[in-house]
Formats: sequence, structure tokens, C-alpha cells
Amino acid sequence: MIRVLTRNISRAPGAVWIDAYEANGGYDALKKAVSMAPDDVIKIVKDSRLRGRGGAGFPTGLKWSSVLPLEGSARPRYIACNFDEMEPGTFKDRFLVDGDPHQLVEGMIIAGWSCRADMGYIFIRDEYKITRQILKRAIAEAENKGLLGENILDSGWSYRIFVHASAGRYMAGEETGLINALEGRPAMPRSKPPYPGTSGLWGKPTVVNNVETLSCIPHIVQHGAEWFASLGKAKDAGTKIYGISGNVSRPGCWELPMGSTLHELLDLAGGMRDGFKFRAALPGGASTMFMDALQLDIPLDYDALKDAALMLGTGTAIIVDDRACPVGLLANLAMFYARESCGWCTPCREGLPWVEKLLRAIDDGDGRAGDIELLLDLIKNIGPNTYCALAAGASFPIESGIKMFKSDFEEHIAQGKCPYR
Amino acid sequence: MTKGACRRDFMLTVEECAEIKEELIHSPTPRAACVDALKVVQRHRGWIDDEALGDVAELLGMSSAELDGVATFYNLIFRQPVGEHVILVCDSISCWLVGSESVLSALERRLGIKAGETTADGKFTLLLTVCLGHCDIAPVMMLDGEIIGNLTQEKIDDALKRALSSPVDAENVGEDE
Ligand SMILES: Cc1cc2nc3c(=O)[nH]c(=O)nc-3n(C[C@H](O)[C@H](O)[C@H](O)COP(=O)(O)O)c2cc1C
Ligand code: SF4
Ligand code: FES
Repeated sequence: MIRVLTRNISRAPGAVWIDAYEANGGYDALKKAVSMAPDDVIKIVKDSRLRGRGGAGFPTGLKWSSVLPLEGSARPRYIACNFDEMEPGTFKDRFLVDGDPHQLVEGMIIAGWSCRADMGYIFIRDEYKITRQILKRAIAEAENKGLLGENILDSGWSYRIFVHASAGRYMAGEETGLINALEGRPAMPRSKPPYPGTSGLWGKPTVVNNVETLSCIPHIVQHGAEWFASLGKAKDAGTKIYGISGNVSRPGCWELPMGSTLHELLDLAGGMRDGFKFRAALPGGASTMFMDALQLDIPLDYDALKDAALMLGTGTAIIVDDRACPVGLLANLAMFYARESCGWCTPCREGLPWVEKLLRAIDDGDGRAGDIELLLDLIKNIGPNTYCALAAGASFPIESGIKMFKSDFEEHIAQGKCPYR
Repeated sequence: MTKGACRRDFMLTVEECAEIKEELIHSPTPRAACVDALKVVQRHRGWIDDEALGDVAELLGMSSAELDGVATFYNLIFRQPVGEHVILVCDSISCWLVGSESVLSALERRLGIKAGETTADGKFTLLLTVCLGHCDIAPVMMLDGEIIGNLTQEKIDDALKRALSSPVDAENVGEDE
């Protein structure tokens, strides 16, 4: 089994702290990075073909190289680590940091060096209280060793990392919503351009990256772009922390080569729980399209899924079993998005509650002929006409779900009740 | 707890003001500390009433309306009274698939209230919340800041009993320093 991001994760006492981390080669990559020109580090990241693990899959090297050059730039410049992880069905970043906090800290320091940042913020959801304490201790350990703070490793460069806890809102994980949240504002999105790399936190150049993305960085710097690129099974590079939840025997996270399949993941999870059969899955958190049993062997990577009109999202799969009512399931999803919409755009603010209401009505046996068409029509207009990706993220599972489970919808409407109850 | 008000015209205590000022020292701008400041008050009072909100706004140099806009935007800042213990039950997809609805009805039965309500003795408030990021141990709830997963009827009863017999752990509910 391949272990890159999870190589230090064990139950051994002290495994998460700096002595164990350094004993296993930790912070060697940082030492290597600060001996190189920042642009050369960015080149390695670019060549590695690493893509952002927060859901959108944006090439990390490209993001870093598009940050405003230092000359003439406003200061301080920032790295913001997105540790909001409020996408339903997603828990991989917590798994990574609980098991190896220094990997993220090192990745963030290298990101800071590469993008010539002065400060880093880890924006973490409030509910991860233990994780937050682990991170704070790891940061203090790195500071005590001169790996963080003033004049890091005698490079003349200073950089500090702060942990900032959210107060709970899905939109705070959206790139520019996160920036507003860090500034102490409601997590509404900002219009782009300007992109955060030009004008982010307090108007200064800012790079926002996901926890898993940043955790890949030390390995890429240490072992090279080619090595990282070759880890993937299909087209995309690296390994991936895949996860699985729902009625499977052992829900959890596993590190596999990028491009592994849901089939493999299901096997690792011990298959379905007794009495449940696989019916469908959302492969990458709530905001992705449904796949069915015939699609279990599609490589779970950005390109292969895109070719199949699917999405990798966060790579943590939600398994739908044969005993779950698909109409109730979609109503549950719609409720989440309707509740968490920030209300800025009319289609999202008004469309999502309407979709939820229609789905609930069908689930309660009050569906009418034409509701399915009405729903599809509504959904079609919610995604594309909005300010941020929340609405599109809502439309993916709901639209694909209505199509995939159409016969269930028809049955509900024809029988005037939910056949699963 | 220091009981006196920190300013003659304030309802916030000396201790609350001191903790908020501590947050301000570490903050690049006063506004950036506003959520932390609200959490300080919430840790002491359980929720944030208009008067406390006004005091915090003044300490941070914000208008009450601006601060209220932030407070009401975030799910974990309470602008309504809550009981001594707050239970947040996850009702998102992974928990729903493995039975969050029966977890909720078990809690409602035990406490004799519906989601969104507080028990008559003021001990418990029961709220619904979105995915808690622990879908691997679904169904999940958070009680006074502690995540409790793989919920069964026994685990729920246990957790309620434990909450009743122990004072709220401010350490866990609030900041960690
Ligand atoms: C509503 C919404 C919520 C999001 N939540 C998160 C999150 O919790 N964590 C995350 O890394 N990205 C999240 N994203 C994606 C971010 O906008 C952004 O693409 C990502 O943090 C960039 O990092 P990456 O390039 O390393 O993936 C969210 C996007 C949207 C639209
Ligand atoms: S799409 Fe929805 S969540 Fe995003 S900005 Fe518009 S209203 Fe807000
Ligand atoms: S869906 Fe309940 S913890 Fe994620």
C-alpha cells in the first residue's frame, strides 16, 4: 500500500509531534526549499501537476505563479489554508492533520517561501477543537526549532502562522468567503477579478489552498515533480486521500494512488453493511454528480471523471444504499444548500428553498404530475447564473439525482406516498 | 468569575473585557477579532443579547448593526437564549443515511422538546446543524463542544447523564488558551 501523505500516521505515542516528524525526514523539504529560489520551487510544484484538493482541482503551481510579483507588491502577503471542511460527507483534512500536523505546517511554510508571503492563516472550522489544539502545539514546536518565525533557517526570511477558528458557515470555505471571514465579515463571496493573488486578505496578495493540497508540498519538493506525477494511476498526479461514508462496514479514509476506483475503495471499507446493497454514490462530497453501480471502475481523478460527466470534488464518497429513499435523500441535500446559501444571488436564494419544498412535497406524497419537469427546469437555472460555486454545487447532485432516480420520483407521485416508509 | 462590570456603562464583566482585549492584541485589525470576541461573551453567558452585543461593538469600534450582521451570519453564534447544555445534531447527508432522524427523535423523546427548543428547566437546548465533519462516525452530535459519534440510544442516554452530572467544560466550549 502506498503511503505518502499518511506515512507518519500511526497510533504510536508521540507520532504527531516534531521529534517523530523530523526523525522520519520531516522539514528536510523545507531546508531544501529555502536553499532554492522561490520561483524554482514553484516550477517543481507546476511540473508535479498537483491540482487543488479542495474541490475545484485548480493547478496549484499555476495559482502560485500568478501571485503578484514581490517587487512593488503591497505587504504583508498571505497564505491562507482552507481548513473549513464543511462539505457534507467530507472529513479527510481532519484525518490528515490529526495524524500529521507538521506535514501541513511544513507545506504552509514552503508555500510561504515560494509565494514570498509574510504570514499564514489556518482557517479551521470551530467544531475541530482537538485538531486546533494539535495544530497550535505543532506550530509552537516549529517556532521553537527556528523553522518558523524570525529569520527561518538563517534565510533572512520571516514568516508566522496563525490559527483562526470559524463560527460555522459553509460559505466560509469558499475562497473569497474565507477571506471575508478572516477579516471578521460575513462570509459572502467577492467578485473576481481581482483574484486573491492580486488582492486578497486586506487587499494584499493572498493564496488560498486546501489542507491536503498543502500537505502534498513537502513530498513534491523532497522527491521531485516526476516522482509525484508518476504516483497517479491514470492521468492525474499524486496520491489522494479518499474517504467513504454511508452504510458501509468500515467508513473512513484511505490514501490511494490518484485514479483509484470506487470499487477498490468499497473493498477497503469492507463492502456494504449487512442488509444493505450498493445503489449509487456521490464520489466527492455532496456537491458532485451521482454515479451508479456500472460506473464503479471509472478512475476517480479529475480528468477521467470529467470525461464521464462526473466530478472528483473532495474525493470523499457518500454511498447510497438500496434502503434509502432517493427523494428524501435529495430533499436532505437541497435543505443543506438552501440553509447555507448566503442569499446574495436571487436564483440561489429563492430557487433552492423552492426546490427543497418541491422535493419534500413529493417525499410526503403530495407530488403532482409535472413536478419532475418543473424541478429540472428550476435546477437548470440555479447553477449558471450565480456569484459563487455553491449554487452549481447544489445543482450537480440534485439534477443528476432526479435523472438517475426518476422511477422513484414517478412512483412517489403515482402512489401519493413514499414507498420506502 | 469577576462579577463587576468592566465599565460603568457596560454590562460586560472585567473578565470578559480582559479576554476580548487579549484577542485584540493578536488581531491585525479589531474587526478581525469580532468573532473571537463574540465567542468570549458566549462562553461566559451562553448566548449574546443586544446589550452585550452593543458593548462588544463599542470595544471593537464597530456599529452594533455591523457586528450583528456578522453574529447572525454564523451558525455557532447564538443570538437567542440557550440552555445550560447545547446539543447540535447533524442532519446532513451521511448522518441521514445511517439514521440521524432516529437520533433526533430519541433526543426529542428523552428531553421532551422539539429541535430548536430548550427544556423548561433550562438545562438543554436541542438544535440541528449541518455536517460536523465526522461522517466516518455517523450519526454524530456535538454536546457542549464535544463530538460524539456512532450514536445509539445508550450512547445518547450516557451523554445526557454525563452532561447533567458535570458542569460545562468552558475549556472545551471556548478558546483553548
Ligand atoms: C460553498 C463552497 C465551500 C467550499 N469549502 C471549501 C472547504 O471547506 N475547503 C476547501 O479547501 N475548499 C473549499 N471550497 C473550494 C474553495 O473555494 C477553493 O477552491 C479551495 O480552497 C482552493 O484550494 P485548492 O486549490 O488547494 O483546492 C469551497 C467552495 C465553495 C463554493
Ligand atoms: S450562489 Fe448562493 S451562496 Fe453563492 S453568492 Fe450566490 S447566493 Fe451566495
Ligand atoms: S454528515 Fe453528519 S457529520 Fe458529516
